[in-house]
Amino acid sequence: MTGALALSDNETPFGVGAALRWAVVRDLRLALRSRAELGVQLLFYVIVVSLFPLASSPDRTLLATMGPGVIWVAALLASLLSLPRLFASDFTDGTLEQIALSPFPLPALVSGKILAHWLTTGLPIVVLAPMLGLQYGLDAEISGIVMLALLIGTPILSLLGAIGAALTLGVRGGGSLLALLVLPLYVPVLIFGAGAADAVRAGLSVSAHLSLLTSGLLIALVGAPLATATAVRIALD
Amino acid sequence: MNFYQFSSPATFYSFAGRIAPWFAAAAAVLAIVGLWIGFAVAPTDFQQGEAYRIIFIHVAAAWMSMFIYLVMAFWGMLALAFNTRLSAMMAQALAPTGALMTFIALWTGALWGRPTWGTYWAWDARMTSELILLFLYFGIMALRSAIDDPRRADRACALLTIVGAVNIPIIYFSVQWWNTLHQGASVSLSAAPKMASIMLLGMLVMTFAAWFYTIAVALWRVRAIILERERGSGWISGMQGIAA
Repeated sequence: MTGALALSDNETPFGVGAALRWAVVRDLRLALRSRAELGVQLLFYVIVVSLFPLASSPDRTLLATMGPGVIWVAALLASLLSLPRLFASDFTDGTLEQIALSPFPLPALVSGKILAHWLTTGLPIVVLAPMLGLQYGLDAEISGIVMLALLIGTPILSLLGAIGAALTLGVRGGGSLLALLVLPLYVPVLIFGAGAADAVRAGLSVSAHLSLLTSGLLIALVGAPLATATAVRIALD
Repeated sequence: MNFYQFSSPATFYSFAGRIAPWFAAAAAVLAIVGLWIGFAVAPTDFQQGEAYRIIFIHVAAAWMSMFIYLVMAFWGMLALAFNTRLSAMMAQALAPTGALMTFIALWTGALWGRPTWGTYWAWDARMTSELILLFLYFGIMALRSAIDDPRRADRACALLTIVGAVNIPIIYFSVQWWNTLHQGASVSLSAAPKMASIMLLGMLVMTFAAWFYTIAVALWRVRAIILERERGSGWISGMQGIAA
């Protein structure tokens, strides 16, 4: 395990804050030590988005229509592809068991890992989205909405994905099984996220989509760490 | 009578064997009555002609597909909270029937959509949610078959079922949320039904037929699961005709 738990004076021992901070710092440090892996995942996202015009047509009106949806689907797939990084190596070398045995609350430790996962996968996806929007000829307003929706939506992907990643630890056919478990759960996020850009293009208010997306994020923030912690304990049994 | 005794697989095995045939018989009678009402008694719809008659299968299957998922989530919660073996077995026994009902609902919906809407499939919210529900059922069954330890599979599937249950309200409220091609609900508890009462009767009878069929099949399947899982235990080896 890298990093030590440092407590400041005003924190209770074994508190949520310390656990969260430790897990974020540790996972970020580990992720930044394998930068190539992160780069490959982002390249996957970029390549998937670039393939769609080649498969359909370079017609600008068509591209502008399907652009936000394509970016969202690619974000879903990139997030799915990076999920095993959350727990798999910790599970293999026994670190996850030590984490679960620690007196710190497991949901907090898991939340820290999820936050680190989002910072290294979700955030770059959000930042790259306007550039990919240029490929599809999206105007600035639509690009902004796609970015905003991704900013709210990608944390949900990391949160929901963590449950699936923990459930499939050490299971036969883990990768494709993970896709089967997680992608159906992603669908509402996809509908509301990609729908936000459609609403703007149709001249409607975007607030309904973004509100629903935000409510989904709040529900996932409360529920997913608990479910993931339960799944981790099930996997370690 | 102490209900807790039925949480023991050994007791429930014989209890399920006694009541399952009654549910199967009730399902058969109700299905015959329901189909008779649906195809012989109910009048032709003035808008959709004879094609609407698939409603008697479609609606029953669609209701059951969602209801079975909720029942599975209920058993999953019991399994996680009390670590009871039988609840997880019940959830496992219900999954294939739930997937079957979802598939029937989608298939009959496509066959109904073609003559009335002019398309087999539309990316309407309710149809999409039903498709997602089918994927959820497949995911749960795939997760179970991927885990060798049955106790771990029980708890993992229970957790996945509960997480997926969030999808059920989305299915139900999708009709109100997105106003699309799919017709609004014709039956609701708060308003008078907008269909002839004989059609409603046929639909309800068919729903009960599907319900009792599900109970009978789930009970028989749970008996098979109990036999498979408990094959090492004494009460099975002592049984006549089963001991191998």
